[in-house]
Amino acid sequence: MSSLEVKDLHVTINGSHILQGVNFFVPENKVTALLGRNGVGKSTTLKAIMGLNPGTGSIKFGGTEIVAMPTHKIVQMGMGYVPEDREIFASLTVKENLSLAARDAEPNYDLVYSLFPELLTRTSQRAGTLSGGQQQMVAIARALLNQNKILVVDEPTKGLAPKLVTEVANALAHVADHSTMLIVEQNLALVKAIAQNIIVMDQGKVVFEGGPENLQDETFVKSMLGVSGGHK
Amino acid sequence: MSTFLLILLTGVGLGALYFLVASGLSLIYGLMGVLNFAHGAFLTIGAFTGLWISTKVFPNPTTWTFIAAMIAGGIAAGLFALLMEQLVINRLYNRHIDQALVTVGVGLVVTALLAGWFGSDARLFPTPLWFMKAVTIGEAIIPIDRFVYIGVATILLIAMLSILRFTRIGLIIRAGVENRSMVSALGINVRLAFSTVFFIGGFAAGVGGVLISVFSYGVSPQMGGSWLIYGFIVVVVGGMGSITGSAIAAMLIGVTNQFANYYLTGLGDFVVVIILAAVLLTKPSGLLGKVNH
Ligand SMILES: Nc1ncnc2c1ncn2[C@@H]1O[C@H](COP(=O)(O)OP(=O)(O)OP(=O)(O)O)[C@@H](O)[C@H]1O
Ligand SMILES: [Mg+2]
Repeated sequence: MSSLEVKDLHVTINGSHILQGVNFFVPENKVTALLGRNGVGKSTTLKAIMGLNPGTGSIKFGGTEIVAMPTHKIVQMGMGYVPEDREIFASLTVKENLSLAARDAEPNYDLVYSLFPELLTRTSQRAGTLSGGQQQMVAIARALLNQNKILVVDEPTKGLAPKLVTEVANALAHVADHSTMLIVEQNLALVKAIAQNIIVMDQGKVVFEGGPENLQDETFVKSMLGVSGGHK
Repeated sequence: MSTFLLILLTGVGLGALYFLVASGLSLIYGLMGVLNFAHGAFLTIGAFTGLWISTKVFPNPTTWTFIAAMIAGGIAAGLFALLMEQLVINRLYNRHIDQALVTVGVGLVVTALLAGWFGSDARLFPTPLWFMKAVTIGEAIIPIDRFVYIGVATILLIAMLSILRFTRIGLIIRAGVENRSMVSALGINVRLAFSTVFFIGGFAAGVGGVLISVFSYGVSPQMGGSWLIYGFIVVVVGGMGSITGSAIAAMLIGVTNQFANYYLTGLGDFVVVIILAAVLLTKPSGLLGKVNH
């Protein structure tokens, strides 16, 4: 059981009511993309799911209510998180970053190093001195080391050069094949390639749930996301 | 030259004592964002426990009873710190102002209880006889206790750095100092790290309390207060969350304090404040600061 059901989720930060009753469903073994313009509350939603923002309402993970649970317990239930700004530990080495993240008895280092061979040559480098792309690899690798039931991924290709976007996209596509994923991503080509469902948010609410074929429709994309469909 | 060496080693010895107080303060603030005003009380508890061992349990002071007093003082203060963390700090999770206020309260209560029980007069801490001796280096005559402070602080510095570098809990603490919420987002219960840091910080302060009793010729309920202030200054200068930073800053402050006291007759504290101001103005995060709360 790895589905995620969000019902009437509200989040208020410093007096501003940022999520105003968010509802959506992330089905098992499928990739669901959460889309929307800048500042509509996508990252806030993911943080609330992870227990990093105190929210009210209901979030059921595989049928279990997790809305008031501490973050580490939610993660231990099998939720892997790749945060928006990477949040790798700059003063720790790549190896230390990974071993900190390893929860399973037999963490899957083989998978991680086969997806990102570059990391293998940099195990004792401090993560703070890695390039942005390499830091993103570490951030994704941390989530892939363990057998998670669901991956929650926030803008994994943000700020990456096109070549790295492809590398990260391939890694995600590889995992997407056999797991449940909720991903926020601006790169629509990547969304089209891996997502089976899309959810669109606007001003703290979900305004659309449907299939990725809608992204072929220029007017849909323009009105919902404010970008043109051909945009990468 | 001999005066210079005497002042230098006295300053380093004083710095060693500062380090024992400051290291825990720095780790606790670095990891949890808690300004721990009860740290002076940890020191005092360590001193009184050590005194009890050295007078009641083993009335004839030897090297071994003194080592036992340091260890007992460290453990008593460490356990008290742990208890305070579990019973009080933990319940005020992330309410930093309340946490700081509560530690002020704990500090006052401990001082008052000890004063009620033992009175406010300072009691002499019995030491092995060789503590009174001095060694001659060149022409300088250096009291031997300086080397004890330096040696004990060095052992604890190495122990703390080893825990931080080579153990899993140390890895969690280092990561937590940088970004606590991301540590939880990796499925780790950071509170275990909080407890560890309180115990280690309390232990170092307790051992420091025993040594400070020897250095300042007495154990008293109020002894924690002034050392706490110096502890905070060292932490600010060295940088919150950095043990190495605390060690460097403690030496810097101990040594300049002693030199200023001698060559600028009694202006030691004044010069320390100048250093503090200079660091705050030029490098507000401290020499090796890691925290950006
Ligand atoms: N800690 C905070 N304090 C105040 N406001 C916040 C905080 N976190 C988020 N917000 C506000 O909440 C709104 C939603 O932010 P969020 O980061 O969820 O947007 P987003 O959809 O992820 O945007 P982007 O696509 O730019 O990443 C924004 O207006 C943001 O300014
Ligand atoms: Mg965002």
